[in-house]
Amino acid sequence: MSEAQDFVGREYDAGFVTDIESDTLPPGLNEDVIRHISVKKGEPDWLLHWRLQAFEHWQTMESPDWAHLNIAPIDYQSISYFSAPKSPKDAPQSLDEVDPKLLETYAKLGIPLREHAALAGVAVDAVFDSVSVATTFKGKLKDAGVIFCPISEAVRDYPELVQQYLGSVVPTSDNFFAALNSAVFTDGSFVFIPKGVRCPMELSTYFRINASNTGQFERTLIIAEERSYVSYLEGCTAPMRDENQLHAAVVELVVLEDAQIKYSTVQNWYPGDENGVGGIYNFVTKRAECRGARAKVSWTQVETGSAITWKYPSCVLLGESSVGEFYSVALTANCQQADTGTKMIHIGKNSRSTIISKGISAGRGQQSYRGLVRIGKQADHARNYTQCDSLILGDQCGAHTFPYIEVKNATATVEHEATTSKIGEDQLFYCMQRGISAEDAVGLIVNGFCKDVFKELPMEFAVEANRLMEVSLEGAVG
Amino acid sequence: MLTIENLHARVEGKEILKGLNLEIGSGEIHAIMGPNGAGKSTLSNVLSGRGGYEVTQGRVIYQGKDLLAMSPEERAWEGVFLAFQYPVEIPGVNNAYLLKAGLNAKRKYLGLQELDAMEFMSMVREKAATVELDAAFLSRSVNEGFSGGEKKRNEIFQMAVLEPSFAILDETDSGLDIDALRVVAGGVNQLRSPDRSMMVVTHYQRLLDYIEPDVVHVLMDGQILKTGDKSLAKVLESRGYDWVRAEARS
Repeated sequence: MSEAQDFVGREYDAGFVTDIESDTLPPGLNEDVIRHISVKKGEPDWLLHWRLQAFEHWQTMESPDWAHLNIAPIDYQSISYFSAPKSPKDAPQSLDEVDPKLLETYAKLGIPLREHAALAGVAVDAVFDSVSVATTFKGKLKDAGVIFCPISEAVRDYPELVQQYLGSVVPTSDNFFAALNSAVFTDGSFVFIPKGVRCPMELSTYFRINASNTGQFERTLIIAEERSYVSYLEGCTAPMRDENQLHAAVVELVVLEDAQIKYSTVQNWYPGDENGVGGIYNFVTKRAECRGARAKVSWTQVETGSAITWKYPSCVLLGESSVGEFYSVALTANCQQADTGTKMIHIGKNSRSTIISKGISAGRGQQSYRGLVRIGKQADHARNYTQCDSLILGDQCGAHTFPYIEVKNATATVEHEATTSKIGEDQLFYCMQRGISAEDAVGLIVNGFCKDVFKELPMEFAVEANRLMEVSLEGAVG
Repeated sequence: MLTIENLHARVEGKEILKGLNLEIGSGEIHAIMGPNGAGKSTLSNVLSGRGGYEVTQGRVIYQGKDLLAMSPEERAWEGVFLAFQYPVEIPGVNNAYLLKAGLNAKRKYLGLQELDAMEFMSMVREKAATVELDAAFLSRSVNEGFSGGEKKRNEIFQMAVLEPSFAILDETDSGLDIDALRVVAGGVNQLRSPDRSMMVVTHYQRLLDYIEPDVVHVLMDGQILKTGDKSLAKVLESRGYDWVRAEARS
């Protein structure tokens, strides 16, 4: 019996359900539903029009089937597109007005929303089902000129900014899931860092799906003006439910000259049980545009959750000497499937990109790295370095690599390195012979494998990521 | 310290050890010599608990306990150490971190207080010097990019840190040049102690010029066919192994 073969009981410790009164739309998707969402949110006409256009386009589109994923057809009419915790008022004005049960939910997740209890230096926006319930440290951020609020609030308070940038990176017609999101998105975070400002703290959004039969469609928009800097983190969890739930988010980043955005994700949506029942379908479009010279964007993601992950955080490197980075750890255990990677589109001269992808497959997990590096005609001396490593535990899982490289400029340098290794019985035995239990040894080896990516995470998340890997690998060995 | 009685073991259905008997007393160094395929590595692996080996008969009593009933990590906690013939690379895992995890697991098992990072590092620096291992090694990934000699020195260094009661040195001399061999053997000799036994598995006599054994055994055809003192190693060096089998059969 192989030591690494058994990959059984995987504990999901964020799987509780919060019993809370909510205002949920009946399942179904049509123009009226979209109008209803727009009215609920008190949106201006232009946004309703934008949504309806997206919806019209979506109806002409087909769900993409090119990914290496096995997905049962999704019935978009059986999903509810809006669910909000019922609050005493339409919107809580301060934390004191937030339902205590909600605060409790976030406390259980280890996310203290009360400012005095919050981790020093991290501002948190909490999104529960379809709405943002609380944003901390708003005042302090405002003093620095930073806007950090739910996107629905930004639509109301900063309509020109939202109108200028929304859909400018990911157009409504970009792809099937982005079009759907554009039609029905309910909340998400909005961040604006003005010229020359270094955001004084880490910004963080926690997404939580609670209601059943509900989709979550959040929309995040971050704008970093010239010479500004922001580090943004997002975390995601959901209760354990037997049915699959849809999460189709869109994240747009706009990076102007000499600005930098560091975007980190720890995605721990419910992955389904060991037989593949339940779990979140995670179809996400994330894209950054480096619009000015020397603009820089880093995507760092740790993906341990979701039954299905379809996600390719991308960088469009328009500016001269702009920089795109993608650091990813993805774990697929039990029956999880992931098709994930990145796109680096080099347009500016001397633009540079780095891709470090670490995939871990266990149980019956199927994982694919899919990455595109495109060097445009004008991108003189553009450079890309890609390193793509897969680690396999057991013999029933799969790891696949689909690199696409398109180079239209002869001065470009593109490097691609890929390795696949089995978590060695030899490595495990070596650790055990030194007195480390098999389970701890797997954690040690996997964390070692992920080190290049974990070191890119902000401190608070690096600890969380390490712990998450260990929890996710519980029972990995027999 | 260690008593092996009538040990039979199989790998992939093929019987490799065929009724092996061996007795190692406290503080003794026993050399196990034999030609390729005699079962030397199998013996090392069975004693340390590597997967894939099936013991079909016999027993091993270690310090009064049934060794074969223990998991590999329990054996480590009980003081069994294997210096690997081919130490494996573990990318991204810090050498010192691995060793600290192992040592503290052992201390916990023995009811001792775990060492904190400061105590551990000062102890470890001292031990690294005994095998002329640069302290910079401690922060490198386990065996990654180490030369053959560095890997073997690292093994002996780990042995010095873990302070085993029974150490198995599996072909520790393989792949070493003469200078590296001298350093490694010097490290081993410093670890000789009345309450520490060692089993030195080797193909060649030359290691025994540096690590002087109390007893020399010839392992052939899955059994100990001959036992003698250190002069036996010299005889094997000049005469080879075939005569041992002939003698045993007659």
